[in-house]
Amino acid sequence: MSLVSLQHPLSAAAEQRRILGQSAERRRTFAEALAGCGLHPLRATGIQVLQINVGKLCNQTCKHCHVDAGPDRREQMSRETAERCMQILAASDIGVVDITGGAPELNPNFRYLVETARALGRHVMDRCNLSILLVPSQSDLVDFLAAHRVEVIASLPYFQAAQTDAQRGEGVFDKSIEALRKLNAAGYGQPDSPLKLNLVYNPAGAFLPPPQPQIENDFRRELGRRYGIVFHGLYTITNMPISRFLEFLLRSGNYDRYMDRLAQAFNPAAAAGVMCRNMLSVGWDGTLYDCDFNQMLDLPVDHGSPRHIRDFDWQALGGRCIVNGEHCYGCTAGHGSSCGGATA
Amino acid sequence: MAMAGYYHAEDLPRFPEVGKNAPELWEKFSAWYRAVFAEGALSEREKCLIALAVAHAVQCPYCIDAYTQASLEKGSNADQMTEAIHVAAAIRGGASLVHGLQMRNSLAKVSL
Repeated sequence: MSLVSLQHPLSAAAEQRRILGQSAERRRTFAEALAGCGLHPLRATGIQVLQINVGKLCNQTCKHCHVDAGPDRREQMSRETAERCMQILAASDIGVVDITGGAPELNPNFRYLVETARALGRHVMDRCNLSILLVPSQSDLVDFLAAHRVEVIASLPYFQAAQTDAQRGEGVFDKSIEALRKLNAAGYGQPDSPLKLNLVYNPAGAFLPPPQPQIENDFRRELGRRYGIVFHGLYTITNMPISRFLEFLLRSGNYDRYMDRLAQAFNPAAAAGVMCRNMLSVGWDGTLYDCDFNQMLDLPVDHGSPRHIRDFDWQALGGRCIVNGEHCYGCTAGHGSSCGGATA
Repeated sequence: MAMAGYYHAEDLPRFPEVGKNAPELWEKFSAWYRAVFAEGALSEREKCLIALAVAHAVQCPYCIDAYTQASLEKGSNADQMTEAIHVAAAIRGGASLVHGLQMRNSLAKVSL
């Protein structure tokens, strides 16, 4: 169940922000770390990616989920907001649309977004949890994605069942393998195929991801050897200390050690390449954020930028000052972390 | 600062305090330590697994904590880490058992 359904105090973004703010007393703040490498205030360098979070409904309830998504969540982007997003896209030269959730495919406007963005000639990415491809109502989803040349970014935390199921739920690994086979059969992930299939690794616990090329090689070898599965690339993403992963960190006594680890591993090169500098995140209700993590902490764009898609202003948003906090250490630790994997 | 008992996890980040009364020696140790664990003929992942195994052989809880985390962050999994500590345990066990030859030599010497 989601933290919201459990009526857990951490379901409130304000409580998460309070805890993250307190912990800053133990170490230099993220703003100080940025200042130390000449990146404060952090500014956007444009908008190359429009990331649209269409809602919190999901068929899974993963333990690390920063969205607190699940089958019990009902927040969904309306048709009106989806249309506004596409109007903004049509009037801009934003090249990439990154659709996420929840399980974004469950939103009734998902296919409208894909069809419209592709008709505009933009690259579209679907952040897919894999098991959604096996849900009966989505039986034609693989064909739909392939027909529109949608890049599939598929979550698979490990090539073994134990780690995957521990994070994503009992039986999810087997479903993920079945879904990957469906994608491969449709041409996704095959060498030289235009149907891009990239996997997402994130640690099954309170530790940083290994070097991306190394774990990608491990996945390629093991998924190929054990299951005959092929894919194009693998992105490593660090677990962010918010929402359900924050709850895990606090409950398991790992919180301070994990935050110290993130801060100690602060990498200026990763900070320079953070994804918020070239993307804009839209929430299910049309609110604008610097990233999906700020979205879940209820930290909309600030410093005078318009805060809703209906008020979109290219000039104001393209060079905006980025809102940051202690959770941002998650994107700047070690090799860096973004929706596109390592950044340094 | 004084705490009852030994081996507190909170002490591990304080390791550099050991250098307070011999900073030059600490700096030499630190530089050598960093060089040892850098990628070389062996990968960083392999070196971390060796360190994890040795940590069990010398039974250092600080090193076990540190190299469990480090092994995970270098991409090792629980199966590989468990096999590594079996290697350490097998060598420890084997080292005891191979002394049985000394026992057999002594036995032979004093026996009719």
